[in-house]
Amino acid sequence: MSQEQKAVARARKAFLTGRSKPLEHRIRQLKNLQRLFVERQTEISDAMKKDLNKSEVGTQLFETLGLEGEINLAIKKLKEWAAPRPVEKNLLTLSDTVYIQPEPLGVVLIIGAWNYPWAVTIQPLIGAMAAGNAAVVKPSEVCAHTSKVMEYLLPIYIDKELYPVVTGGVPETQELLRQRFDHIFYTGNSMVGRLIMEAAAKHLTPVTLELGGKSPCYIDKNCDISIACRRITWGKYTNCGQTCIAPDYILCEPSIQDRVIEEVKKSIEDFYTDNPKTCTDYGRIINQRHFKRIMAMTEDSTVAVGGESDESDCYIAPTVLRDVKPEAKVMQEEIFGPLLPVLPVGGLDEAIKFINQGEKPLALYIFSPDKKVIKRMIDETSSGGVLANDCLVHYSVSTLPFGGVGNSGMGSYHGKFSFDQLSHLRGCLIKELKMEGVNSMRYPPHTPKKLGWARFFILKNPDLGWMGRMALLAILAVVAAVVLQVSYGGREERDINEY
Amino acid sequence: MSSPPSPSPNRWFKALRRTRLGEPCLKTYPLECVELLKRARAAFQAGRTAKEGFRLAQLEAVVRMLVEHECDFVDALGRDLHKPRFETVVSELILVKNEALHAINNLKKWMQPQHVERNLSTTLDECLVVNEPLGVVLIMGTWCSPVQLCLVPLVGAIAAGNCAMINPPEYTSHTAELLHRLIPSYLDNECFHVIVTGTNDLAQIVGLKFEHVFFIGNREEAGRVAQAAALTLTPVTLVLGGKNPCYVDQQCDITTTAQRIAWARFHNAGQSAVAPDYILCHVDVKERLVQALKCCLMQFYGSDPRESRSFGRMVNLETFNRTRDLLWRSGKVAVGGQVIEAEKYIAPTILTEVVESDPIMQHEVFGPVLPILTVKNVDEAVAFINKQEKPLCVYAYSSNSKVISRLMSETSSGSFCSNDSILQSLMVVLPFGGVGASGMGSYHGRYSFDTFSHRKSCLLRGTRFECVTYLRYPPYEDRNLSLMTWASTLSQKSQGWCQIL
Repeated sequence: MSQEQKAVARARKAFLTGRSKPLEHRIRQLKNLQRLFVERQTEISDAMKKDLNKSEVGTQLFETLGLEGEINLAIKKLKEWAAPRPVEKNLLTLSDTVYIQPEPLGVVLIIGAWNYPWAVTIQPLIGAMAAGNAAVVKPSEVCAHTSKVMEYLLPIYIDKELYPVVTGGVPETQELLRQRFDHIFYTGNSMVGRLIMEAAAKHLTPVTLELGGKSPCYIDKNCDISIACRRITWGKYTNCGQTCIAPDYILCEPSIQDRVIEEVKKSIEDFYTDNPKTCTDYGRIINQRHFKRIMAMTEDSTVAVGGESDESDCYIAPTVLRDVKPEAKVMQEEIFGPLLPVLPVGGLDEAIKFINQGEKPLALYIFSPDKKVIKRMIDETSSGGVLANDCLVHYSVSTLPFGGVGNSGMGSYHGKFSFDQLSHLRGCLIKELKMEGVNSMRYPPHTPKKLGWARFFILKNPDLGWMGRMALLAILAVVAAVVLQVSYGGREERDINEY
Repeated sequence: MSSPPSPSPNRWFKALRRTRLGEPCLKTYPLECVELLKRARAAFQAGRTAKEGFRLAQLEAVVRMLVEHECDFVDALGRDLHKPRFETVVSELILVKNEALHAINNLKKWMQPQHVERNLSTTLDECLVVNEPLGVVLIMGTWCSPVQLCLVPLVGAIAAGNCAMINPPEYTSHTAELLHRLIPSYLDNECFHVIVTGTNDLAQIVGLKFEHVFFIGNREEAGRVAQAAALTLTPVTLVLGGKNPCYVDQQCDITTTAQRIAWARFHNAGQSAVAPDYILCHVDVKERLVQALKCCLMQFYGSDPRESRSFGRMVNLETFNRTRDLLWRSGKVAVGGQVIEAEKYIAPTILTEVVESDPIMQHEVFGPVLPILTVKNVDEAVAFINKQEKPLCVYAYSSNSKVISRLMSETSSGSFCSNDSILQSLMVVLPFGGVGASGMGSYHGRYSFDTFSHRKSCLLRGTRFECVTYLRYPPYEDRNLSLMTWASTLSQKSQGWCQIL
């Protein structure tokens, strides 16, 4: 048996003992995970610095602070999330108990990505633990130091049989995918997403895919361009552009293009000084392969800002490209790097048309003071999520489901959505063996009379409307009054007779 | 409402083939499917299905179609499955009507964006979830309840604002032909199309690229659908069959139990994905249960069920042969057992002395044969159930609520019902679907709407208060981080996670 097979078998065996189900266990494990982030911040930050040149503050801000919040939320709300959820009853089920019971699925496989390794690998783990599952965690091998730290730290804090960490590259991942899981949660690109879904299909395993896409960013000419560009600059160049929801490209009218470029340049200087290479807050491209891929995209476009690079350091300066055409190399795939193309468009109509020609992205950004413009954008385009007048931050609202649609993915998570995504919501109907008389109308031999009764009881009525409901209420009140009158009248007579 | 049916050239070019038994059937070739898909996509992109008024009109048309053609449906299902009128009206037509009326009554509410709880940093913003249609969806029903299994998902797809291609099962050819004929007269001709294809074309049709594929059927076909969907990153909902266990406890009212089980198992001649597949009977009550079931069957179908108008037939020779083989090679016949090939008739049959290794316990029983296995206690029943794949439903009959509780919490299945069967799969308020080997995703009522929608998160901010947002910008300073961590803990105490971003 391979290492991967062993890990999965152990996780399943541990799950079948039932120990991941009780709420106390789940909360204990979540609290342990919380301690990991409090006690081991230094080791985590050191590894992130080596992998992505992320500063310590940057690591906390973008990786661990969010996780601590999600853990707190899960601990606080777990009882509510895991409780049976009652549903509306009808005439026939008045005396029954009807509810939805959340249940764990079993063994979940979580495949993380390299750009925010802690955030995108541990956040699904929080959901898996909260839902009572076992989980096999496979961090991305591309950020080698972080995955080693994860492999070392997680077993110290959380149950190492229920939540094993499996490290390795493509062969190890393929071996994992040959095993049977109850759910697979993948964050990454759509090419690999397809392969994961294919492997899952062999076992009929449901999947959640958090993929990417080209997230468009439309700037209305009437908005406060300086603030808009500041926020876009922050959203774009954080983590050197290697964010699945980074604004991929800008659409704006030609009249404001120069101003936009100027404001972005100013913000770049404010954030990363005039020599970003020496700035500790500016990151690096993850590896040579991606460096070459991104540099190749600049070939057929005009560089307006930046453009410097250093292959030995995997450094690409924050770059803006101007007057980019739809056929340009940089517009053919998700950039995932610090290049910001600006495409001039005639206005909102043209922008919407252009966006709809492409695949559905993970995020869509629109900067405008006009609510009507924002509403049009929401109504006439489709994307995983929409954020108006800012970038990235919708990721942090745990009451909003985060996920893609179409090519940008399927399923969603964050907060309660993580819990629901990794649970089975089982419909339950608890009846008793009484009142069999009511059931007799459904038994053969079937007669037209029985059919008549069935129609009466089962068929819904179109909405009666306010008047209809009032009328019904009045009739019921009269009936109730009559019944009460008869029963009280009867009792009075009985009382008298007893004397 | 929709215009009169257009004499579309496609319909004139349908090939009519005769099967071995001389029954007509029609088929939509893959090239035609491509054409129809193109039309549906164009209609969707033109925004035809977006408005509430359009969706309501289509839903009302579905109801009208079922009301005006009740006799035609009864006739078609009678020919395909020998389905009694009662079963057709109640379990096929009324069910779909209920779903459609439920959707009509709730559509406005479902279409409203939902505002979600905000946190400290988003108090001044709008946080909402918008329900968006997906595009063009593919619905593939299966033959045991062809009308219900095609039209209930269709109701959800329409309510959610999608266009749809409906693929009714080829086995129930009269019903498929009826749907193929009626739907263009009632629903919008550009948005909704009925295609009739064989199981061999499944992968090809799915590969044409839809925004969602809804499949009800068996595991083997589901595997092919899932593989084809993976190639185009198409999300799927799969509602598959399985062996639904039914535990009968020593503490229960045997007569009522037998009645409910017999009704559930033998309606539609046992061809139901939600019927109890096998009984795990407590050893103390097995004899009484078999006797009670025998009485019920007599009551329901008379001494010769072949003469009863309330009893159905197998859909085709293939399923007839398969069920008959399982019957002959397993256990001992306690009741029934008669088969007549020419009529595809199998009598309501109860098998006892069945063991786990018998053929009937290795396959889903899609026919009127009910195997009974005995168990000594609840523990044994739970262990047995958990050894098998997760089924679509788990049933338990007992007057002891602790027993029910144990069965429910110690097993896993798509849905659960105690002291009755099937009803939980008919309710519009409960999500109905499988888990593990019995499928993924769910539908009915609001859950159909959600299955065919994309929940798009929208966060609408303003550009004021930049003085607060500056905390997040580089250069990163420890002082700023401390401020943010402090604010973060504040809001964690009150509402949950937030970053002042």
